[in-house]
Amino acid sequence: MKYVPAIGLEVHVQLLTKSKLFCACRTDFGAEPNTQVCPVCLGYPGALPVINREAVRLTALAGLMLDSKIASFSKFDRKNYFYPDMPKNYQISQYDRPLCLGGGLAFETGGRTRTVRLNRIHLEEDVAKSMHAGARSSVDFNRSGIPLMELVTEPDFASAQEAYDFLLALRQILVYGGVSRCNLEQGNLRCDVNCSVRPETRSGLGVKTELKNLNTFKGVFNAIEHEAARQIGILEGGGVIRQETRRWDTDAGVTELMRSKEDVHDYRYFPDPDLMPITLSSGQVERWRSELPELPRQRRERLAAEFGIPAYDAGVLAADKAVADFFEDAARLSDNPKAVSNWVMSDMLRLLSETGRSIEDIPVRPAALAALVKLVDGQAVNMPGAREVFEELFEKGGDPAEIVRARGLAQVSDEGALEAMAEQAIAENAKSAADYKAGKTAALQFLIGQVMRKSKGKANPAGVREILKRRLSG
Amino acid sequence: MNEEKRGDCSRIDVEYVARLARLDLEPREAELFQRQLTQIVEYIRALQGVDVEGVEPMAHAVAVENVFRGDVPRDGLDRDAVLANAPEQDGEHFRVPLIVG
Repeated sequence: MKYVPAIGLEVHVQLLTKSKLFCACRTDFGAEPNTQVCPVCLGYPGALPVINREAVRLTALAGLMLDSKIASFSKFDRKNYFYPDMPKNYQISQYDRPLCLGGGLAFETGGRTRTVRLNRIHLEEDVAKSMHAGARSSVDFNRSGIPLMELVTEPDFASAQEAYDFLLALRQILVYGGVSRCNLEQGNLRCDVNCSVRPETRSGLGVKTELKNLNTFKGVFNAIEHEAARQIGILEGGGVIRQETRRWDTDAGVTELMRSKEDVHDYRYFPDPDLMPITLSSGQVERWRSELPELPRQRRERLAAEFGIPAYDAGVLAADKAVADFFEDAARLSDNPKAVSNWVMSDMLRLLSETGRSIEDIPVRPAALAALVKLVDGQAVNMPGAREVFEELFEKGGDPAEIVRARGLAQVSDEGALEAMAEQAIAENAKSAADYKAGKTAALQFLIGQVMRKSKGKANPAGVREILKRRLSG
Repeated sequence: MNEEKRGDCSRIDVEYVARLARLDLEPREAELFQRQLTQIVEYIRALQGVDVEGVEPMAHAVAVENVFRGDVPRDGLDRDAVLANAPEQDGEHFRVPLIVG
């Protein structure tokens, strides 16, 4: 029998705010432990929370980008549990009246477009970070109270790959919208996975398990692959799946039992009397809608149309908002957008990947790239020389024309000089010249190489080719 | 199991509530709390006699909405002060008995 998985995701996304959800403490990553805390996020009795307006706006923005309905009325509830990561003994979350309802995301997977439905997006506070060692745990409250948006999908994913591709598309949109940095290393995006399988011939959903604590996309992928196979193995052996929570062990590559259904939490949610409800008028929602940033899909289409670059180029460039911004700034200053696109897609992305740097942190400016393209188009420097210039720009920035002068890379296009070098190369390589005349076209490439070498790489290769061909056809 | 407990207001399961609150109760305490919690539920039961037909459920007792602050960060407390009252700490963190799961 063939089994099909049904997978749903709960994605926790750290919102891009300067201060916490219910107090003014900073949200900076990497601060010394317990230095970004106050009575509110430490859970002192009597300390009163006040909602950060920006966190509400960013959640609504995410909802608008994902086609959710923005609730005209929503409120916060207390989720009660006892654990040292939450000293007030409840987490402030949203239970039955979340900020955003429904929605969905269309994304590319396996060469086609899939749409996965969203159930809801709600706003909640993060908890403290605890580190376990020996018989003690250390608790750092810097993370406590940081605004998280929890996005819950319907169980629409049929494979690990679909879930993975969805997360990539989601991250792209959230970064585009300025909703979150989505920095995985800094824990900006964390997932829980609900996984069940059912026989292909049967409708409905099988018994699900919940996988906790996945903080990389690869981890989500591997955990789903493993868990779906584990469940199918049990069913094929005549066993039954128990509803339980399992933890993904990255090192061992397996899921292990955390708690069974009997221990399922009873959170006893109730409305938080310290916080007033949120009402959003349709006027407010429409104002936010009108401020929506351009999304990756729209940008892809616009880049292709506006700059006349191939759809493939537009897709590569639009994949990263900062890269697309750089391209667009440079292309606007250039009359050869396709050449700008080539530079960004090849040399720029290669160097960024090799150095592990981000396009925002390198000294090369869009205007410098546009100027470099102009030098190449005007035959002031040939491509190998231009590559050298680009590498220097990437490292130190500067003016391309100045770098060409300083490094002596100016292309030799002077007819007289090229003719002399061509004549010399033919004389020194009589055999190659004869081969070419006898029909071996590959010999021409060798002769061009000889001239390029004589010019120390500065000759204009197209000019050299023409001169050699003319001389050898006589 | 939990659904039943939540639905049945006539008798509070003190043992279950204690487990959720991670409390070990002496039999004498369990009996005391059983009595007290049952009394509290009795008070509230009086509300069930009120006719609320056509009354919107309230999210809050005060008719105020949209109390917000701007996203303006402020320095946190001094760490020594933060940790001063902790039963156990290491100068940087609060220290608690090992917790997992």
